Amino acid sequence: MIEVKNLTVSIEDKLVLKDVNLHIKQGETIILFGPNGSGKTSLLKTIIGIPGYRIESGRIFFNNMDITELAMDKRAKLGIGIAFQRPPAVRGVKLRDILRICIEKRGYFNEENLNELANKLNLLNFLERDINLGFSGGEIKRSELLQLLAQDPSFIMLDEPDSGVDLVNINLVGKVINELLEREKMASRRKKAGLIITHAGYILDYVNADRGYVMMNGTISCSGNPRDLLEDIRTEGFEGCVTCPR
Amino acid sequence: MSAVDNRERAKKAQNKLSAIGPDIDLNTYSAQAKEHGKVQKLKELSDEVKEKSISVGIDAEEACRSGSFFQMDHSVLFSSACQSGLEVMSSTEALEKYDWLSDYWWKAVKVDTDKYTAAAELHQNHGYFLRALPGAKVEFPLQACLYMTREGLAQKVHNIIIAEEGSELHIITGCTTAPAVRTGLHIGISEFYIKKNAHVTFTMIHNWAENVEVRPRTGAIIEENGVFLSNYVCMKPVKTLQMYPTAYCVGENATVRFNTILSAVEGSHMDVGSRVFLSAKGSRAELAARAITRGGDIVTRGHLIGEVPGIKAHLECRGLILSEKGSIHAIPELEGKVNNIDMSHEAAVGKIAEEEIQYLMARGLNNEEATSAIIRGFLDVEIKGLPEHLKREIKKAVETGEREERLM
Repeated sequence: MIEVKNLTVSIEDKLVLKDVNLHIKQGETIILFGPNGSGKTSLLKTIIGIPGYRIESGRIFFNNMDITELAMDKRAKLGIGIAFQRPPAVRGVKLRDILRICIEKRGYFNEENLNELANKLNLLNFLERDINLGFSGGEIKRSELLQLLAQDPSFIMLDEPDSGVDLVNINLVGKVINELLEREKMASRRKKAGLIITHAGYILDYVNADRGYVMMNGTISCSGNPRDLLEDIRTEGFEGCVTCPR
Repeated sequence: MSAVDNRERAKKAQNKLSAIGPDIDLNTYSAQAKEHGKVQKLKELSDEVKEKSISVGIDAEEACRSGSFFQMDHSVLFSSACQSGLEVMSSTEALEKYDWLSDYWWKAVKVDTDKYTAAAELHQNHGYFLRALPGAKVEFPLQACLYMTREGLAQKVHNIIIAEEGSELHIITGCTTAPAVRTGLHIGISEFYIKKNAHVTFTMIHNWAENVEVRPRTGAIIEENGVFLSNYVCMKPVKTLQMYPTAYCVGENATVRFNTILSAVEGSHMDVGSRVFLSAKGSRAELAARAITRGGDIVTRGHLIGEVPGIKAHLECRGLILSEKGSIHAIPELEGKVNNIDMSHEAAVGKIAEEEIQYLMARGLNNEEATSAIIRGFLDVEIKGLPEHLKREIKKAVETGEREERLM
């Protein structure tokens, strides 16, 4: 599905990713741990293609196609989707507008379908509001997931989907993530793949991921069972990852 | 003030420069236009006229309209009300019909404001008179069109709008030129009288040509519990446009809202403001302006004057600069003259944030689609209290204008 090869990236002459390699197959969901500033978000933004993340070396492949130089919207059209951690407010553009556009891009649209999706995330009352304007942290997370449901990408990147979400809604967020990633299906029948960033790991109580990685200083330093990794991080802290022989 | 007094004052102000805006040499425009024959129905107008009128919200089919007024150059082609309790006629005809009208003439706008008001008094070419009788409520809007067909013509109209006690009136006015016209001058005096418990919405759409100069002069007097909601849209080229409509809240709980939507291409100079005097307890005002420049220069002004305690007013101005050339100058003014008032403003001028474009691109919109969605959203002023079909006319004018300017 997605393959990152020897990726080195800089922002304004500062290296943020150093020789990163990552391969996520169809049906897999990967968890990416790491302390603040370790490069997790930079990796997601580079994969979606945000300008300003300059690729010094390395390539990105999506379904065996080299997308390293491809514009963001083309990547989105190919089936790469992202839920941002801190998306901007877009004044004047209603949540309903962007959902309609996302659904229309897939070739069909009906209002009922849109309302159904919004209802699923308890966001019916937010459809006429400007995107993200005055949304709480948890509302932003749900709005991001709602947009992904409308977009229906095959490779889904989620940047801290659990941060700022209250206990009432975390269950809902987990459920929708499982739906997006087809986790309820047998592994062999899944068509989707996911890459989830989590700092605190709460989402692991709701989403059953296949593999975990730890990112430190712009490099993937460790991999393993995500629950084991989280347990290690909880007891040893990320400092433990630095000295870990694994 | 008597008619003679008005003329005397106008004569004295014939050379009085406007307080703001570039000066115009009135002698360069022709005062003469041939007479156009009346029509029985707007449908009889030529396709060209009808098509141009549609761009400013005027429906020649007169569907969903409670009355219509159509003036071409200096000729009133049509005026009719199709609902009882409404009066629609030319303002000159109304002056002849009603002696009392002189009490309203030049009361909300001073005749000697500047050379443009003076010219309208001394060389008036009709204009419309719209009146809702006490308690009359219109479901559909009245429409009024001021149309210029002669190259280089000066059209000077004087409009009077009276909403008697407890009435409700929705008006859409479209001002435009024939497709072949490039040069002209339009001076439009509009005086609004909104009586106790009356409710008026006024939507004005302008579609001029690149060498036309425009000087509207508008005043509105709002009595107790009266509501005046004014929307102005100009998305098309104009040489110079300068206006500063002023509302006077003289009755308790009078409410005013001005919405202004402007887009200026290179060569267009727009200086548009709105001003409200809050002179009675409980009066409210909201001014909202959205300005886009694609190379033209825009001055967007707002002035709130709080004269008595217990008033509330807010002014909001946002500007988007979409080209290397052009400028937006936002001048918000708050003037509090007593304590216990609540007045505020916010203004922002800048370009579209890259981050917002990228965000929409991540959802599959290309750069142009994302930019256009953001601009459409920027121009989408939340207009409360306006009938749905008028909201649609505004949306249509804004979106068509935006699309055409973008493709130029």
